Order: sequence, then C-alpha cells, then structure tokens
Amino acid sequence: MLRHNLPALIVVVPLLGGILTPILFRRGARPWAWATFVVASTFALSVALLLQVRGVLPAWSAYPSYPMGSWPIPWGIELRLDPLGAFVLVIISLVATVVTFAARRSLEREIPEDRRHFFYAVWILCITGFLGITITGDAFNVYVLLETASLASYILVGMGRDRDRRALKASVNYLLLGSIGACLILLGIGYIYMVTGTLNMADMAARLGEIRAKWEGGEMIYRRTVMVAVAFFAVGIGLKLALFPLHAWLPDAYTYAPSMASALLAGISTKVGAYVAMRFFFTVLGPEVSFRPIPTGTILQWCAAAGIVYGSLMALRQTEVKRILAYSSVAQVGYIALGIGIATPTGLQGSIVHLLNHAITKSGLFVALAAVALQAKGTTLVDLRGLGRRMPVTMAAFTAGGLGLIGIPMTAGFVSKWYLVKASIEQGLILPVVAVVVGSLLALAYVWRVVEAVYQPSADPGVREAPWSVVVSTWILIGASLFFGLHATLTSRLSLEAAHALLRGGP
Amino acid sequence: MNAGHLAALAFLLPLLGTALVVLCGRRPNLREAMTILTGLATFVLVASLVPRLHAGESIRMDFFEVLPGLPLAFDVEPLGLLFALVASGLWILTSCYSIGYMRAHHEEHQTRFYAFFAIAISCAIGIAFSGNVFTLFLFYEALTLSTYPLVTHHGSEAAAKAGRAYLGILVTTSVAFLFTGIVWTWIIAGTVEFRPGGILQGKTNPLTAAVLLGLYVFGTGKAAVMPFHRWLPNAMVAPTPVSALLHAVAVVKAGVFTVLKVTVYVFGIDFLRETGASAWLAWVAAATMILAGLVALTRDGLKERLAYSTISQLAYIVLGAMVAHRLGIIGGALHIVAHAFGKITLFFCAGGILVATHKTKVSELDGLGRTMPVTMSAFFLASLSVIGLPPFGGSWSKLLLAMGAVQAGHAPLAWLLLAGSLLSAAYLLPISARAFLAPPKDDHRQEAPAMCLGPICFTTAGALALFFLSNPIHRLLEGIR
Repeated sequence: MLRHNLPALIVVVPLLGGILTPILFRRGARPWAWATFVVASTFALSVALLLQVRGVLPAWSAYPSYPMGSWPIPWGIELRLDPLGAFVLVIISLVATVVTFAARRSLEREIPEDRRHFFYAVWILCITGFLGITITGDAFNVYVLLETASLASYILVGMGRDRDRRALKASVNYLLLGSIGACLILLGIGYIYMVTGTLNMADMAARLGEIRAKWEGGEMIYRRTVMVAVAFFAVGIGLKLALFPLHAWLPDAYTYAPSMASALLAGISTKVGAYVAMRFFFTVLGPEVSFRPIPTGTILQWCAAAGIVYGSLMALRQTEVKRILAYSSVAQVGYIALGIGIATPTGLQGSIVHLLNHAITKSGLFVALAAVALQAKGTTLVDLRGLGRRMPVTMAAFTAGGLGLIGIPMTAGFVSKWYLVKASIEQGLILPVVAVVVGSLLALAYVWRVVEAVYQPSADPGVREAPWSVVVSTWILIGASLFFGLHATLTSRLSLEAAHALLRGGP
Repeated sequence: MNAGHLAALAFLLPLLGTALVVLCGRRPNLREAMTILTGLATFVLVASLVPRLHAGESIRMDFFEVLPGLPLAFDVEPLGLLFALVASGLWILTSCYSIGYMRAHHEEHQTRFYAFFAIAISCAIGIAFSGNVFTLFLFYEALTLSTYPLVTHHGSEAAAKAGRAYLGILVTTSVAFLFTGIVWTWIIAGTVEFRPGGILQGKTNPLTAAVLLGLYVFGTGKAAVMPFHRWLPNAMVAPTPVSALLHAVAVVKAGVFTVLKVTVYVFGIDFLRETGASAWLAWVAAATMILAGLVALTRDGLKERLAYSTISQLAYIVLGAMVAHRLGIIGGALHIVAHAFGKITLFFCAGGILVATHKTKVSELDGLGRTMPVTMSAFFLASLSVIGLPPFGGSWSKLLLAMGAVQAGHAPLAWLLLAGSLLSAAYLLPISARAFLAPPKDDHRQEAPAMCLGPICFTTAGALALFFLSNPIHRLLEGIR
C-alpha cells in the first residue's frame, strides 16, 4: 500500500504538515520539532523513491507514471518520476532536513515568538512547492507549485525585517521579478497548450514530436508559436534560476533574509529553477526544438560565462560575507547553465551533479554563517576577523566549504568542474573551459579574503563556539560535500543516468 | 601485508604523526619526539620498499574510485621511490633542525607548524607513489594547501601578501593548465594511468602533444619554470626549516618530479623524441636556468638568492626531461637527490646565521667564516655541490644531464648547462669568499645551536657521500622502463 503511493505522499505529507503547524504547534520549540519531523520524513520518502526508480525497491504499479486520484492520464494530473527527478528530490529534502534541524536557535534569535509558528508553516510549504515541482508530470502543475514555492520564499525573505528592514525591499524586489518570471513561464505553457491541446508533459512532448515531424516534411505549422514559447521559457526560467543578467533579485534576497532562510533558499531554489529548465528544454520541448531553431545553447553558454565572471567579480567587492556568498551563487548558477547550454550527456552530467554539489556546499556555508550571526556581532569581514580561534569547528567547516566553491580537488565542486571541462573539450569548445578556469581563480580570490580574515590573530574575545546542533548540521552538509568530492562514483553515476534519461526524451 | 599496503602505510604515517603532534601540543619535547619518531618510521618503511622493487615485485595499491574510471591508486616505481626516500629522509634531519631553529628563534604556534609540516610530507609521498596523473593532481593541490599555513606562519601583512602570491600562482597554473591537460589526456588516451612507454603513443599528433606537454610543464607551477616562478622567492618569508625542506626539497621537487614522471610515463621518451614535441620546452627550461642565475647574481637577501638558485637548478631537471633521452631522465632524477642535499645544507646554514647573528643579507656576512667556522665551511662545501664540482654529488647529475643533451642531439643545450653552472659559481662563491676572506666586524665566536649544526654536518656529508656512493641510486634508476 505504502510503496504504491510514495509519489503522492511526498507532496501530501509536507502539505498537510505545513498547514497543521500553526494550528497544532504554537509554543516554544514545538513548531521546530514538528517541522523537522515533517521535512525529515520527506527525506525518507525521497530516498525510498530514488531506490524505487533505481529498481532497488519494487516500484509502484504504473511506474514511472502515477495518476493522481486515479484519474486517467492525460486528463487527470500525473505525477511522474525519472532518475533526474528522483535525484533532485533527494537533494531538496536532504538540504531542507539538515537546515531545518539547524534552524531552531537562529530563528529564536531572529523571528519574534508570536510569528515563529507561522514562519515554520511557510517554511514547510515552501519546501512542499519545490518537492511538488520536481515530481509532477503536468506542465500547469509546475506553474502552480512554482508560485506556491515562490510566494512562500517571498514571505521567508520578508520575515528578515526584524533583523534588517531592508529585507522588505529585498522581498518586494524578489516578488516583482519572481512574478514576471512565473508569468513568462505561464505564457510559455499557454503557447504550447495552444498547439498541443494538452497540459500533460509527456503528452505535450509526443504532440510536439508530431509537429516537428511535419516541419521536417517542409510544413512549417505552429513553428513561430513554438519558438515564442521557447523564448518565454528561456527568459522566465532564467529569472527563477537567477541566470545572469536576470539575477538582480538574488543578492538582496539572500543577504537580508533570516540567516537560516538564506541557507534553505540558497540550497534549493535555484536548483529547482535549473531542474525546471532541464525538464522543459529536454523532456517537454526536446533538444531539437529548444536548441536548434534559436541558438538557445550558445546564448545559455554566454550568459553562463558572463554570470560566472560577473558574479565572482561582484563577490570580490563585497564586505558582507552573506553577500559574498550570494554573488557567488550567481556565479555558481552559471556553471549549471553552462552544462545545460552544452547539452551533451557529459555537459548535463556536470550540471546535474553540480545541483547536488553546490546545494550542499552553499547551504553548509550559509548555515556556518548563521552560526556566526548567532554568536558574533554580525557577518561582515570585520566581524569574522579572528574567528578561526574562537569558533574553530565552524570556521574549519566554512574553510572547507570555501575550498568547495573554488573547486579544489577532493571537494565536490571539483567533480562538477571536471565534467564541465570534459564536456567542453569533447565538443571542442573554448569558452566554457575559460569560464570554468577564470571562475575558479576568482573564487579563490573571494574565498581567500574571508579565510584570511578568519585566521587573523586578533579576535573578539567574547565570541564562543556555536551551539552543537548548528555545528553538527554545518558539518553534515560540508562533510557531505567533502565525501562526494573524494568518492564521487555514486553521484557521477546517478547524474549520468539522469542526463541520459533527459536526452532520451520523456521519462 | 603486501608491498602495496606498506606504500599506503608510508603515506598514512605522517598523517598519524600530525594527530600525535596535535595531541602532544602542550608538551613540546614529547611533541618533537613524535615528529622525529614518525619521520624515522616513515623513512624505514619507504626504504623497505627498495629491495622489493629490486626483486621485481609490483607495488600497487588501489584505494577507491574517486570518479568512475579514475581511481585513487599508488604504483611505486623507481623515480617515485627515490623522491619519497629523499623527502622522508630529509624530513628527519629537518625536524631535528627545526627544534634548534624554532626554539632559538622563539617562533610561535609551533604545534601548528609541526602538524602542517607532517601533512605536507604525507602529500609529497602521495605524489611520489601516485599510480595515475589524477591521483598525483589530488596530492599536488593538497600539498599547495597544506604548505600555505607554513608560508604565512608569521601572520604578518608581508606573510599574508607572500601567501597570496604563493597560492595565487600555484593554484592558477594548476587549475588553468594542469587540470585542463589532465582532462584532455583522459579524453585522448582514455586513461590517465602512468604506464611504461607512455599512454599517448599513436593516439595524437606531434602538435597536440607539444601543446599538451606545455600544459603539463607550465601547469606544474611547483617546478618554477619561468614565467611562473615568482611564488618561490615570495615563499621565503616562511621560517627557514620550511624554506629548507619544502622550498628546496619536497614542494619544488614534487614539481620537477611531476614533470619527469609525466614525460616518462604519460608521453614516453621514445614518443617525445620521435615527434620532437618537447624540444621547445627544453629551450624554455634553458632560458629559465640562465635568467634565474642572472637574477640570483643581483639579489642581496641570502634566502632570496638561494631561491633564485633553486629556480635555476630546477630548470636543469626540467631540461633533462625535455631533451627526451634516457640519460637526461636519469641525470634529472639524480639531480633531485644531489641538489636536495646541497640546497638543504645552504638553507640550514642561512637559518643558522639568522639565529646566531640575525643577519639575512649577503653583504652583511663579511668575516663570518671566523665567527661561525662550522656553518660557513658547510656552506662552502654545499655551494661546491650545487655548482657541480667533484667530489660532490652534483657533479654526477650535471654530467649525466649534459651527456643526455648531447646524445639527444642538442649540443647547444649542453653548453648552456655549463654556462648555468658557471653562473651558479658566480652567485654562490662570493658568499663564501666574503665570509672567509673579508675582515670580520666583531670577533667573538657564535655558532648556531647544536640542534642546527648536527643536521648541517649530516647533509654536507651526504652531499659528499653522493659522489662516492651514487651506485645504489643508479641501480634503482636503471629500473625506469
């Protein structure tokens, strides 16, 4: 019974869990405990789903398709899981679980008690939205869940107002740009609906295949409509992904959000944006439609390369460490887009493996910063000075995570770069190699500014090591990034399978 | 326990030493005893591999796959074993020297110093034993990072600046060139394993091979081939034991070792000679050799002059590899050993002078031969070895390098080698001349601490012994296939 309904449960459990939070759990640490329980259970569910997809556990009856409420497909809403979806589910729920577990002390500090249970409810709903996007097989559903997750994200960012009023402006900014992005995606879906008459992704892909067959026969029906849809998707998803030059919402949002909300969003929101990009470009539209008539791949590569350089240079100029990490995210999103733009199995492998590698690394770094925010006066470079002595365990994790951003061997970041460089040399492309190399060197520069400050002799003597729950969580994430850097066979294999599944077309 | 496990253990022992050093951090005597004990054990372990290699045993150890098809693996062969022997053997002496130096010089954070030192040695052994280019690259980067805290040990603004140059140049070259070179090799050859005869034969054209080899040579920033040599003089802000072991032996030799190993086991000497892909790099190395020698002439800082001398001498080894002849390879490998003994002595002496008299400039050394006779005699003898005069080890290696160049049909390079040696005489001998011939400024005898003098005498004797007892090393190097 259970194994037949896992795809539904991964959405239903957190959805109900989130709604019930402010009703049932209002006092003290209870909302936190409940949230941790709910999010951890989604992690268990997604691991089980991954095992089902890989055939380790027996799958549900209609695998890979799951008709929601038993309505026949394509009329009813379909949930659908392929290796990519399962992999991304695990990433989201892993990061979300660890960050939720870590969040208690930091949120007690940053969110007033009367709003805290509400905050946790939104937190869980945000995660629900991201999980739902990943498992649904219905294009319109993607839009709805994307808005769910985004609205929740705007609230999470805005709740940083008790710490810094500028969070409100950041939130409104994020809301405006995020809504434009969502609108464009909706328009894209609408245009495709116009020519295919369906909202089911697999069905859309099949109808588009028929249309494309007609193009090859010389009959150019709907061609312009489809092209416009591709453009809408590219820009809309680019906004969600924070791909340069559509990244403007990201630095403020990550800087002024409550510390732990930054950790959550930095880990998963752009990753899900990248997932949506892959899903629409490859599964729904197919590489022939999305990359041939318009040179989307080349445009993506150039935007990615520019984003890597721009994000890193901006990171180099910041003095607020949260902002350094935020701009670093603009750069790191570039790596993901680079692999999508190359659009070969190896390129996609690099992108997909970077979804995981960057999620754990960046979340780990933000959790470490949350620990600093909890213990020290602030999170500027000056505040971090000498903390290597005062908070040695947290700062060791921070340094290790920084090495991961650079992509030093034996960290997860290296694995992604290995595949991206391999993909570009295989294709004889120079630009991506240069982007990766320059990005790594600039990352070295901006990470090292922080590391140097951290290990300076002078320190504020009043600062102590962070509470154990935060330290442990930091090390789980950073430890994972070290583990997956040293022993990357599993992640490489999973991401390669996912890449092949994507390029084959529908799951 | 088979030989592969022994090799793995030799790599892990220094890491264990790090843990012991940290645990004994509050009791300096115990802490230093731990370092020396670990050094002895590591050296014995590495040395025990020599007879096994002679017996034709294959010394392999596969740890696990990092990426699919790219395992972390050890495969011990003569070149690597020789490098590991030098690094671990001189580590023991340097540890003794460090005790004298660090205490006499009242350095802080000594626990951190010894801990990172041990990690660096472990990385050097990892490089020496690596069974494929990928493993070598992992340890290469780890070595850069683990030596960074040693370079910036003083924590001053100057140290931080030097640290930036150190990290910047070494990481830039390795990411931009070495990394791309390795990925490229993997795509061309389908493997990155070190194999006798190389892995690229018949798989690529001469032009690609020439470019690829360039990526390796310049990517190995630790080999300090110009124009990527600036980190080495910068790294001289580190405490002298670091300059002595790491920036005359372990780190820089890891660089030239990488070049030698890639030449022999990735490209293959025959392949390179047939295609002539390495000729242009031989000239780059020759230029480095001469230019660095000229710069050394102009430097007044003692350690800085020695650093440029190191750059020049490293270029000999790169040149030996690039002439693509067996004799050049053997000469280069021998020069790793000979130069190690000579240069470490010079640095030990420089540190001894600093501790005893607080002098750091060549122009201040007038008459020091009277006040520090043992140190300055050792300095003189070691200078002779670095120049390549008999009866010191450096003469054999330079002879072999020149013979290799001539036999490979690069006679002009042999002349340049000779010119390089003359230059080294020109920048090293005046130091001794000042010390012994110029009148002293003050006359009271003040030698370096005994813990410094012991290692100095030992390494000087080693440089001498290498002349008479180079046969075992030759026998070991004959095993290069």
